[in-house]
Amino acid sequence: MTLLDAVIFLPLVAFLVCLVLPKDNPGLIRMFSLISSCGIFIASLGLLGPYWFQAPAKFVYETNLPWIDSPAIRYHVAIDGISLWLVLLTTLLTPLCVLVSWRSIDKHVKQFFAFLLLLEFGLVGVFCAFDFFLFYVFWEVALVPMYFLIGVWGHERRIYSAVKFFLYTMAGSMLMLVAIIYLYNAAGTFDYSRILAGIQNGSIPLSSQEQLLLFLAFFIAFAIKVPLFPLHTWLPDAHVEAPTAGSVLLASVMLKMGTYGLLRFCVPMFPSAAHSCANWIVTLAIIGIVYGALVAMVQPNMKKLVAYSSVSHLGFVVLGIFTFTQQGFDGAVYQMLNHGISTGALFLLVGFLYERRHSLEIASYGGVATPAPNLSTVFMITMLASIGLPMLNNFVGEYLVLQGASFVYFRWSVFAALGSILAACYMLWLYQRIFFGKASEDLSHHMPDLNFREYAIIVPLILLMVWMGTFTQSFIPSISASNTVLLGPVETGRDVHVRSSPRRLDAASKELANAR
Amino acid sequence: MPANFVPTANDYARILPEIIMAVAGTLIMVIEPLIGEKKRTVFSSLSVLAFVAALGAAVEANSVPGTSFANMLIVDGFATFFRVLVIAVGILSVLSASQYLRLEHADSAEYYALLLFSVTGQCIMATANELIMIFIGLEISSIATYVLAGYLRDDKRNNEAALKYFLLGSFATAFLLYGIAWIYGTTGSTNLADIRAFLLTPGSTNNVVLASTAAALIFVGFAFKVSAAPFQIWAPDVYQGAPAPVTLFMSAGPKAAAFAVFLRVFMTAFHPIAMRWEPFVWSSALLTMVIGNFAALQQTNIKRMLAYSSIAHAGYVMVAIAAHNQIGIAAAMFYLAAYAFMNIGAFAVVTHFSRQGEKYVNIEDLSGLGWKQPATAGLFAIFLLSLIGVPLTGGFFGKFYIFKAALDANLVWLAVLGLLNSAVAAYYYLRVLVVMYMKEPGPATVSVQPLSPGIRATLWASALATLFLGIFPSLVLNFAQSSSALVK
Repeated sequence: MTLLDAVIFLPLVAFLVCLVLPKDNPGLIRMFSLISSCGIFIASLGLLGPYWFQAPAKFVYETNLPWIDSPAIRYHVAIDGISLWLVLLTTLLTPLCVLVSWRSIDKHVKQFFAFLLLLEFGLVGVFCAFDFFLFYVFWEVALVPMYFLIGVWGHERRIYSAVKFFLYTMAGSMLMLVAIIYLYNAAGTFDYSRILAGIQNGSIPLSSQEQLLLFLAFFIAFAIKVPLFPLHTWLPDAHVEAPTAGSVLLASVMLKMGTYGLLRFCVPMFPSAAHSCANWIVTLAIIGIVYGALVAMVQPNMKKLVAYSSVSHLGFVVLGIFTFTQQGFDGAVYQMLNHGISTGALFLLVGFLYERRHSLEIASYGGVATPAPNLSTVFMITMLASIGLPMLNNFVGEYLVLQGASFVYFRWSVFAALGSILAACYMLWLYQRIFFGKASEDLSHHMPDLNFREYAIIVPLILLMVWMGTFTQSFIPSISASNTVLLGPVETGRDVHVRSSPRRLDAASKELANAR
Repeated sequence: MPANFVPTANDYARILPEIIMAVAGTLIMVIEPLIGEKKRTVFSSLSVLAFVAALGAAVEANSVPGTSFANMLIVDGFATFFRVLVIAVGILSVLSASQYLRLEHADSAEYYALLLFSVTGQCIMATANELIMIFIGLEISSIATYVLAGYLRDDKRNNEAALKYFLLGSFATAFLLYGIAWIYGTTGSTNLADIRAFLLTPGSTNNVVLASTAAALIFVGFAFKVSAAPFQIWAPDVYQGAPAPVTLFMSAGPKAAAFAVFLRVFMTAFHPIAMRWEPFVWSSALLTMVIGNFAALQQTNIKRMLAYSSIAHAGYVMVAIAAHNQIGIAAAMFYLAAYAFMNIGAFAVVTHFSRQGEKYVNIEDLSGLGWKQPATAGLFAIFLLSLIGVPLTGGFFGKFYIFKAALDANLVWLAVLGLLNSAVAAYYYLRVLVVMYMKEPGPATVSVQPLSPGIRATLWASALATLFLGIFPSLVLNFAQSSSALVK
C-alpha cells in the first residue's frame, strides 16, 4: 500500500461515506466533502517527494498486484513526471469545485457531492493506471458521474448535452476496447510497460497494417475526448449546460484524459503509424486552433466562448505531441496543466458572474469593473494568462509547442500562432464587453465584489499561474525527463524530413540542456 | 452397449435436484385444497425451500461428476453451473412474484408449482447428454412457461402472450424434433458423444450434408428458444404481455437453459462440422444484435424495451457461440450468469413499479424516481449501467470476455460491429436514467409504494451479484473456464 494507492482510493471511500450521510443535512455534506477533498489534496502533495529537486525518469510509487487471474488483469498503478502533475491538478481542483458549488447547488446536495468525489476517483485513477484494462475501467468510471453532473444539475438543455457527451465518449471507447483486447491477444498481457517493450523489441508481432488500425482505434477514442476538430461538437454543449463544477472538471481534467492517452499510449506504442498519420492529424489540430478561436470570437454566451477557446488550446497540445520533439512533448504536457488552471479559473469566474446575475449572455453584463473591482482584476489576470502573456503560464507552453513545431515544419508554427493572436482578440473583446463601460443600475445592485469563499477559490489558481509562468524549473525537469523516455521509441521512427535538419535539433537540445 | 437397467445410487444422486423440485411442485398442487385462503404464503416459502434444497443437491452432485442412466444425463461443471444458475433464477422469481400476485388476487399454488416444474425442465436441459432428453427437458420447461405467460386468465394481454408463445413455440419445437429425427437417421444415435464420434469418422463425408441439414433444423429450434434473429419475433409481444414477474423469469431462466443446450449440442456433437454452421451463427448473432438494439431505441413501454434489449443480449451470447472456442464457452457461461442477475434486477423494479393491473409500464412513468425512492432507483441504475456495459459491473466483464473470445477466433469484424452496437444500446438505457434522475416526479412516482420485502431481497441480491461479478469475476470465471473443457 503506497501513498499513491491511498490517493486513488480515498475519493472512493469519501464517496461511499458521503452516500450514507443523512440527506437532510446539506451543511454536513458540504463540510465533509470539503474536508475530505482537501485531505486528499494534502495527501497527494506527498507524491511530490521523489520529485523534490530531482527528476527521476522511471515510475515511482509503483504497485502491481493481481486482480483477475485469467485473463491476467493486474492492479498496476504508478506515476511518472507527467502523471504526477495531472493527479495534482485533479486533487487541487476538486476542493475548489466543492467550494464553488457551496451555494449554487441547492437540490440533491448529497448526490452532487457524492458524484463529485466519484469523479475524482475515476480521474485520478486514469492518470495512474498502467494496465490497459484498469485504464479502461477508470476511463469509464469517470464518465458516469460526469454524465449525472451535467444531466441533473445542468442548465436548460442539460439532458441533450449529457446524453450526447456519454454517447460520443462511449462510441470512442468501444473502439479502444477492441484495440485493447486485440493487443492482449497478441501480447498475452494488459501491462503497459510489457506491451510497450514487446512492440519495441519485436517480440509482439504486429504488422504495420495492424499497427495502423490499432493506432487509429486508440486515436479516435482519445481524439473524441480531447476533442480534436471535427469530433469536438459534444464539447460546447456539455460545457455550456454543465454546472460550474462540472465545467471546471470537464475542461481542466477530463479533456486531458484524451491528450494524456495520446501522449502515453498512442504515440509511443505505434510510432511508425503515428509518423505516417502525423501530417493530417497536425492539420486537424491547426484547423482546430484557428477554427476554435474564430468561433469563440462570435459567441454571445460566455461559457460557450470559453468552451471554444478550449478547442483552440487543446489543438496546441495535439500539435505539440505530433511534432515528436522534446520541446513539443514538454510544451504539450505543460500546456495541459496550463489549460487546466487558466481555463478552470475562467469557468470558475464565469460561475461567479452567473451566481450574481443568473445569466451567461455577455450582453447582459457591462461595466462590472465599477461595482466589483477585485473580481475584474482576477478575471483580467486569468484572461491574460489564457491569451499567453509572458510571465504567465500559458506563454511557456505555447512557446515550447510552437518551437517544437517549427523544428518540423516552420509553417505549422506560423499557422498555429494565428491561434494565439485570435485568442487575444476574443478574450480582450470579452473582457471589454463585460467589465468596461457604464454599469446599469440593476447590475450594480447585484454585483457584490468577491467574498471570502471566492478568494479562497481563485487566489491559489492565480498564484499558480504566476508561478508556472516564472519558475518553470519547478515543473519542467520532471516532465521533460519522463517525456524523454516516451520519446525514445518515437524518435527512431522519425520521418526523413525531420532527419534532414539535425543541426537545428542539436541546437535545440543544447538550449534545453542549458535551460535545465 | 447394453444399458444397465438397475440404476445405481449415483444415478439418483445426479438427478436429485430435479426429483426434489418435481416432488415439491406436485406436493404444492396437492396440498392447495387442504389449506385455507389465509395461509397462502406458505406456498412461496415452500417453493423457496425446495429450490434451496435442490441447489444444495445440485452442488453436491458435482462432487461426483459423471453420466447416469446409461449416458442419458451428464453431471459436469457445465451442467452444475447452469443448474445452479436456473435454480437461483427460480428463487429470485418466487421472491419477486408474491407481492404482485397478491395485488392481482392470483396468489395460488399453481404459480409456484409451474415455476418449480419449469425449473425442473431447465435443469434436465442443463444435464441432458442426448437429444431426446434435451427435447423432454425443453418441453417440460416450455409447457410450464406457456402456462405462466397466460397466468392471469382474465387478462387479455396475458392470453395473447400465452397463445403467441405457445403456437410459435410448438412450431419451433417441431423443427427441433424433425432435426433430431434426421440426426438419428443419419448417425444412428441420439447421444451427443456418439454423434460427434460418427462425424469424426473418416468415411462419413457423405453424411455431413445430411448432418448439416439436421444441425440447421436444430438451430432453428434453439434460436427460437433463445430469441435469436430471425426467430425473435415472438419475444417482444410475449415479454410485454406476460405478467411482469413471469417476464422476469422467462428472460433469465429458460433463456440460460436454452443457451446451455445450444452450447452443448453445437460444441460437442456438431463441433466437427463447425465450419458449416459458423457463418449462420455469425450472421444470426449480428442480425440479433442489430435488430434488438435498433428496435429498442423506439420503445416507450419499458417491458417491451427490455424485451428488445434481451434480444440484443442474446446476440452477444451468439457471438460467443460463433467463436466456437473454449474461451467462447466460458464467456457465454459467464455472460448468461451476469445477464440473468442484471435482467432480473431490472424486471424486479418494473414489477415493483407497475402496480395493480400493470398501470405504470411506460418509461416516462418512472420520471423522478431517483429522488422519490433513491435506493430503488440507485439499484436500477446499477442494473442499467451493467446492461450498458460500464466497468465494475458483471455486464461489462461478460461483454469484454465475449468479445475477447471473438477476437481470439479472428472474428474481428463481428467484435467491432458488436461493440459499436453496444454504444447504440447505451442510448436507450440512458433514456431510463434520464427519466429517473433528470425529470420532475410524475403522478406514478408520487404514489409509489415502499418496496415489498421479497422485491427488496431480489434487488439487493441481484445488485450484489452484478457488482461481485464485475469486481471479482475470478471466482465464477475460473469455474466457467475449468468446466468449459468438459463440453467438447
